Amino acid sequence: MFKVLPFIGQAAVYAVIAALVGYFSDAPAYVHFPADRALIKLSLIHGGQRKGCRERTPEELSRLAPNMRRPLVCLRERFPVVVEFELDGQHLYHALLLPTGLFSDGPSWAYVKFAVPPGPHKLELKLQDSDRTEGWDYDQEVDIDLKPLQNLTIDFHAQAGGFLIR
Amino acid sequence: MNRIKSFLRDAFTRLEAALDAVFGPAWNPLVHTGALGFFCYFIVAVSGIYVYIFFDTGTVAAFASVERMSTAEWYHAGIMRSLHRYASDGLVLFMIVHVLREFAMDRFRGPRWFTWLTGTPIIWLVFICGITGYWLVWDKLAQYVAIATTEWLDALPFFGQPIARNFLSPTSLNDRFFTLLMFLHIALPLILLLILWIHLQRVSRPKITPPRGLAAGMFTMFVVLSLVKPAMSQGPADLAMVPGVVGFDWFYLGLYPLLDSLPKRDIWALTIVLSVILAAMPWMPPMKRMPVAKVFLDHCNGCARCAADCPFNAITMGLRTDGRPFAREAVVDPKLCVSCGICMGACPSSTPFPRIGDLITGIELPHFPLLELRTMVEKSSRALPAPSRVIVFGCDHADDIAALRSKEIAAISLPCIAMIPPSLIDYCLSRDLFDGVFLTGCREGECYHRLGVTWMEQRIAGKRDPHLRARVPRERLEKYWGAATDHSRLVRAVAAFAARIEAMTNESALSAEAHEKARYV
Repeated sequence: MFKVLPFIGQAAVYAVIAALVGYFSDAPAYVHFPADRALIKLSLIHGGQRKGCRERTPEELSRLAPNMRRPLVCLRERFPVVVEFELDGQHLYHALLLPTGLFSDGPSWAYVKFAVPPGPHKLELKLQDSDRTEGWDYDQEVDIDLKPLQNLTIDFHAQAGGFLIR
Repeated sequence: MNRIKSFLRDAFTRLEAALDAVFGPAWNPLVHTGALGFFCYFIVAVSGIYVYIFFDTGTVAAFASVERMSTAEWYHAGIMRSLHRYASDGLVLFMIVHVLREFAMDRFRGPRWFTWLTGTPIIWLVFICGITGYWLVWDKLAQYVAIATTEWLDALPFFGQPIARNFLSPTSLNDRFFTLLMFLHIALPLILLLILWIHLQRVSRPKITPPRGLAAGMFTMFVVLSLVKPAMSQGPADLAMVPGVVGFDWFYLGLYPLLDSLPKRDIWALTIVLSVILAAMPWMPPMKRMPVAKVFLDHCNGCARCAADCPFNAITMGLRTDGRPFAREAVVDPKLCVSCGICMGACPSSTPFPRIGDLITGIELPHFPLLELRTMVEKSSRALPAPSRVIVFGCDHADDIAALRSKEIAAISLPCIAMIPPSLIDYCLSRDLFDGVFLTGCREGECYHRLGVTWMEQRIAGKRDPHLRARVPRERLEKYWGAATDHSRLVRAVAAFAARIEAMTNESALSAEAHEKARYV
C-alpha cells in the first residue's frame, strides 16, 4: 500500500531546509554603515623625496658619459611622509608614513576611514614629504557638503598639484 | 571536547532516528551529508556554466547582464542563477553538518586523519569560491564584499600597496578586473575539485552521489526555492556611496561583521589559529591504536575478499612471497588499518569448525583472533542453563549489549559486526550451542566502519562472499541495526526474538514427545 505519511514528512523536511537556505541567503540584512553618517576615506600612495640629494660638481659631470649627466644625485632611501587631516578645525588624523621596501626606497601609503556627520564641512589637508622642519610641502583647504552615506575619497597626486577630492 | 562531542553525538543520533522514520535509512539526508555536498557542487558547476554563457564582464556590463538574467530571462537564466546561489548555500550547509557529524561520531582520528586534514583546505576554498562569486554580480552586496575582503587582505604584511584602493572611486575600477575575477571564479572550483579527489583517496567506495530518491528530492527543493524566491541583485554598485544596509548571505559571509568590529589582524590570527586547531584535531589527543590485522600466509590463498571488503583501502594484494602456488597474498598497511576485523569476517579460511590443530585463519586481529571468538561462544553456551538459548553479537560502536545478558541470552561485542564470519552463525546453530542468533550493530548507513552492516547483510543474503550457508535456518536468525539511543527498541527486539525461539523450542520438544509416544503405542 502506498504510504502517504512518509512523503508528507519528507516534504516537510525539504521545506525546512529550503526555508533555512532561502532565508539566510539574503536575510537578516546587515547594517554595515549607519544611514545618518557619511564616509571620508583617506587613501594615498606617495613616495617621499629622496634623502641626501646634492648637485654634482662640474668635474663629476665631465667624468660621466653625456647621456648620464644628471646634475642631481641622491641616496636610494626616501623620507617618510607625514600626513595630517583636520575636519572643521579638529584633528582627525596625523601619521608618519614610513617608506616601504627593504631599502626604504618604496612609496609610503595610508588607507584610513572616518564616519562623519553629513552636511557642510571644512577640510584641511597637509602633507610633508621632505626634510623640512617647519611648515608643510602641501597644504590645502577644501569646503565640502556631504550627503548621508556619501563616500568621499581623498587621494594624493603630487604631479596633479596635491590632494584630490572625489 | 569530549562533552561537546558526546552532546553532538546524542543530538545527531536522535535527529537521525527521526529522519530515519521519515526517509528510511537509505535516503536519510544526515547519512549522506558528504554526498549531498558533492551533489550541490555539481549543481553549482552546471548552473554556473550555463549562467556564464549570458554573463558579461565589466564594471557596468556585469551588473546589467546579471539583472537581465533575473528579469527578462528569468525562466531559464534566472532560474539557473537562483540554482547557482541556493546550491552554493546548500553546499556550505551540508559541509558544516558533515564536519560536525564526523567530529561527533569520532570519525576523524587514527587512520582517518588524512581525510580530516585534507578537508580543512576544502572549507577555505568553498568560502573563497563563494565570495569571489558574489563580487561578479557587482551590486551593492558585491561592493561591500569586495571592499571588506580587500581591506582584510591589506592587513596582511604581503602587499606593497593597499588592494582596497582599487575600489576607491568609480574611476579607479577597471573592466579587466572582472576578467581576472572570472578566471579566479572558474580556476578555484577546479582546484577545489582536485582537493576533493585527494580528500577521498583513503576511503574505499566513497559515496559522492546521494541515492536517486534523495537527489531528486533535493534537486526539486532547489528548483522550487528558485521559483518561489528567485535570487536577485541589490542595486548596482556605486563606489561614490556606501552600501549602508546589505542583504547578507550568512552562509558565506557570516563572519564578515567581525571585520567591522575587531582589528583585522586579530581576525587573521583568529582564522589561522582556528584553522590550525581544526586541522590538528585528529591528534588532540591521538587515538589509541589497537594492533592491526595480521595475515597468516599458510591460510591465505590470495582470494582478495579481505581487500575487497576493507572500508579504508588498508589491504592490497601483493605478489606472493612464500613460494606457495598462489599468485597473490594480502598485505596490510598498518597506517591505514583501523582494526575493525571486517577482513576476518570476509576470509573464507575463517571457519570455526576445524577441531584439529590450532584455529588460525588467513587474516585476523592479533588481540581478538578467531580462536578466542570461538572460545567465547562455546563458554557462553555452557553458561546458559535455559533450554532455549540465544546469543547476541553486537558492535562496540553501537548500543551496549552487556545489559542484555540473562539466563537465556548471551552477548558478545565485537569491533564491527562484519567481523563475524557467516560460518560462525552456522557453527552456533548446527553444533547446538544456541537455539537462536541475534545480530545487532550500527544503524543502517551509519556504520562506524562505513561498510560493516552492508557487508553483513549481503553475506547473509548470499550476495557477497563468504555466504551464509543455505542450511542455516533463517527463522533462528534475527538482525537489528540501531544507534545507542535506540536501546529500548533493541531490548524489545531481543526479547521478542528470545520468546519466538522459546516457542519454537517448546514446539519441537512437544512434537518430539508426541513422536516418542507414537512409537510405543
